[in-house]
Amino acid sequence: MVTRKHNIIRFGAGAAAVGLLLTGCAPAAEDDAASGDVTLTVGTFNDSGFADEMFAEYEELNPGVKIVHNKAATTDDARTNFFQKLGKTGLSDIEYVEGDWLPEVMEYADLLAPVPADLKDRWLDWKVEEATDPEGNLIGYGTDIGPLAICYRSDLFEGAGLPTDRDAVAELLGGDWARYFEIGDQYVEATGLPFFDSARGVWQGMINQIAVPYEDPKTGEIIATENDEVRKSYDQLLAASSTQSAHLSQWSTDWYAAMANGGFATMLCPGWMLGVIEGNAKDVTTWDVANVFPNGGGNWGGSYLTVPASGANVEEAQKLADWLTAPEQQLKYFENAGLFPSQVEAMSSPILLEATNPFFNDAPIGQIFSDRAQAVEVAPFKGELYFQVATAMGDAIARVEDGTQDAGASWDQWVEKVNSIE
Amino acid sequence: MPSHRSILPQRNGDSALREKLTRWDVKSAPYLYIAPFFLIFVATGLFPIGYTAVISLMEWDMVRGTGEFVGFDQYWRVLSAPDFWIALRNTVSIFLLSTIPQLVAAIIIAAALDRNIRARTFWRMSVLVPYVMAPVAVALIFSNMFGDKFGLVNSLLTQLGMTSIPWHTDPFASHVAIATMVNFRWTGYNTLILLAAMQAIPREYYEAATVDGAGAIRQFLSITIPGLRGTLIFVVVTSTIGGLQVFDEPRMYDHTGTGGPDNQWLTIALYLYNVGWGEWDFGRAAAMAWILFALILLVGLINLIVTRGLVRDDAAAVAENPGRRVLRPRRTTHDNARPVEEANR
Repeated sequence: MVTRKHNIIRFGAGAAAVGLLLTGCAPAAEDDAASGDVTLTVGTFNDSGFADEMFAEYEELNPGVKIVHNKAATTDDARTNFFQKLGKTGLSDIEYVEGDWLPEVMEYADLLAPVPADLKDRWLDWKVEEATDPEGNLIGYGTDIGPLAICYRSDLFEGAGLPTDRDAVAELLGGDWARYFEIGDQYVEATGLPFFDSARGVWQGMINQIAVPYEDPKTGEIIATENDEVRKSYDQLLAASSTQSAHLSQWSTDWYAAMANGGFATMLCPGWMLGVIEGNAKDVTTWDVANVFPNGGGNWGGSYLTVPASGANVEEAQKLADWLTAPEQQLKYFENAGLFPSQVEAMSSPILLEATNPFFNDAPIGQIFSDRAQAVEVAPFKGELYFQVATAMGDAIARVEDGTQDAGASWDQWVEKVNSIE
Repeated sequence: MPSHRSILPQRNGDSALREKLTRWDVKSAPYLYIAPFFLIFVATGLFPIGYTAVISLMEWDMVRGTGEFVGFDQYWRVLSAPDFWIALRNTVSIFLLSTIPQLVAAIIIAAALDRNIRARTFWRMSVLVPYVMAPVAVALIFSNMFGDKFGLVNSLLTQLGMTSIPWHTDPFASHVAIATMVNFRWTGYNTLILLAAMQAIPREYYEAATVDGAGAIRQFLSITIPGLRGTLIFVVVTSTIGGLQVFDEPRMYDHTGTGGPDNQWLTIALYLYNVGWGEWDFGRAAAMAWILFALILLVGLINLIVTRGLVRDDAAAVAENPGRRVLRPRRTTHDNARPVEEANR
């Protein structure tokens, strides 16, 4: 008995060692480009909307090309993986990059293969600008964008004596942020319930309308703490949020629950948010989306495809990235995952413009979000320290929301934190 | 071979060589046998530790794999950041809130399982179930329970007419919630280790104590606890290492995983992660890793000394001198401080 057990253990250890040797020593699979047989890897995360059928279609159109799709669970995983391997080897031939960490990627723009110059006109100007390095190289193929609208609960609006029809709501909320918060006051007065989900969420909308929020585009220095525009928006938001916010932290379980149980009446809605609301409030029939956004248009989120220059098949990868971000394909992932196209041409497509969403009371979401995308005027400058300053600001707002500090003290602590960033 | 040896007869020289080889074999073979582990340890353990030390002295750009030597700057930066001291406070607080109740509960449960009960194996295996659960799954479930507004615990509290607790706002409340997750997972593990140690205590002691008229509690305090001494030291030291490195639970406690807007539940391991993988500042993260290492060493030593001092080794003393009575008056604290080997002599 004992001997047998030992044998099993020894066999197991031997097998593990052999396995280690094999994986450790096996050379990276080299493709024979001359014969035309190429394997391309595409690394994505979350639901990128890239369906297997799309890859199959490309393989059919390009004989000799085989595509392998590597999916990471979350954007954090993908970000970690990306920076761990960038500058070395091991990245996929095409890597999906989220707008949130794009500013950090721009620091290493020289390690990515630039997009051919003749493709630049396909995208919205600001989508191109965000991913263009100081030398004028565009390093990302734009996939989707997150034009902002307002989602609201028509039953809660009715209870407050406000209009419920989506056009009437658009008219009601038309104007600047002061107007939005004014309606919020009316709502709170009538019902005693919170008007929006979280100050941190609304901040996403406000900060994305400031052209130069946190850093000086020329010197790269942080100007956030002396920026009057930032301070004004901060004060305006936190004054309103004391009564109007549900004080929920976005992406928390409470926040998800509140979508279903009427914890708040409105929230900022980038196109991709529709799926989040629908997924968490399946039984609610009164969610709707209005074609309006305070102070014009805004964008929250959106991604790019990048081609690491160290890859074995850069040219083939560029071709695939080009194809994946062409108008026809952008419409496919709009249908698959609700990701709104960043291509000018796709935006005027009837498939897009005629799209409706049954959950949101058959709202014409295609038309609404293309209008919202057209209304985006400002693409804020985001430098390499943007992520850190923005994270600290999010914490500052959260401290006021949860009652730990008042707005002034929290601002001061933020200034201290920002000053320690190097 | 030295020249004077060559004049010895051939046979003698042969046996001398053989003898030498044998001696060499006896001496060196054990080292060869254990060498594979140490070679792998040097490659996968020692080298990264040394490399971390090198990087901690640099301003390191991980992507390009280059760095600039800055001396001890990174260490000063870590130690002068207020966040570090808040993280230290939180780590110690969560460590105490988890380790102490956990060990007390583990000893009591182990003592209960040590008795003659029905379906013993079932109960013993059951306590290990939480340990088998993935920490992330545990954290997800508990995060739901500790939701601020619609969480299970607060719903219960409000139904009972009490005020709800701000689990994600108040530092102490968040520490309690996180310590609960840690306790849930590790109590059973420690219970089983302590149970194994309890079963090694000779039953005669208990019989003798019963004859002497000692009750269950007295037996527990005077036989079981001292008998567990070595195991307790082991459990305390491993809990110290684990407790000061607590990461999964605070990371999963909210959806951003950064330790709370006011750093309410930022622990040192979490802070290290945020600096390394959030800000890509590996120089500073490496410096923090070394500071954490020193801290664990320090607290581990303190714990070792305290545990050795507090738990007397009566059982061992009895084993050495069977003639002595099991129940003796307690030693004075002065005696407790002495190393036990010496005290028993």
